Amino acid sequence: MNQSQFRGTYRPYVSPRDPCPPILEKTFVLPPQLFTNFQKPGLPQNSPEEALKQGSLWPQFVDGFYREEGIS
Amino acid sequence: MWVYEKKLLYPVEVTTCNPMLAKYLMEQYGGADGELAAALRYMNQRYTVPDKVIGVLTDISTEEFSHLEMLATMIYKLTKDATPEQLEKAGLGAHFVNHGHSLFYENAGGVPFTATYIQSKGDPIADLYEDIAAEEKARATYQWLIDISDDPGVSDALRFLRERENIHSLRFRESVEILKEERDRKKIF
Repeated sequence: MNQSQFRGTYRPYVSPRDPCPPILEKTFVLPPQLFTNFQKPGLPQNSPEEALKQGSLWPQFVDGFYREEGIS
Repeated sequence: MWVYEKKLLYPVEVTTCNPMLAKYLMEQYGGADGELAAALRYMNQRYTVPDKVIGVLTDISTEEFSHLEMLATMIYKLTKDATPEQLEKAGLGAHFVNHGHSLFYENAGGVPFTATYIQSKGDPIADLYEDIAAEEKARATYQWLIDISDDPGVSDALRFLRERENIHSLRFRESVEILKEERDRKKIF
């Protein structure tokens, strides 16, 4: 799954006096529903098994979230 | 840091001695969708939102404090010369016993302000949507206050404040759009 299209990034201000090692780039979630004002009919659907696994009948609205992304 | 200007954002004229109206206005002073909650909410969230929208939150928070000051002025003027009997008749007897003629951060029902009125989730979209909802709830509260107010001066100030909520809501919606433009940025560059 390609999550990157549902993520945004920004580079916060970094001070030379930051006490902790600064994170130069922060990532945040832009979930798919933000880009769909009204769902169109006839979107591609998951198989029932895949829908149960993903939590959505429509793959278009699945963006996933993994600890490994390091968002927090 | 702030620079204080010793004047109100918008002039507040109060024409009647009406402690009952003061009690109702306290909903926007120390209530869940009031100006104090708004100002504190945005001033706190501003630290952990993406750089491009920090300024929006700081500016709107600052303006909410100036609205709080207008509400305080209205409530003060409406109650400052009321007798304990008049306050009691207006439902402010318990307020008078606890606070005298001073103001306090509580809602129209006398429930004191609590930090649980505000949220900070640390997710920019969750926080901005909360802010949009807060502005719409404040707008609705002003509508009901305008409907119940029989003081033309107060109603005029309330209409001004209500229109400001509309603009704030728009600014937060624009902030969401600005963040949406950050989508997939890594791929473009």
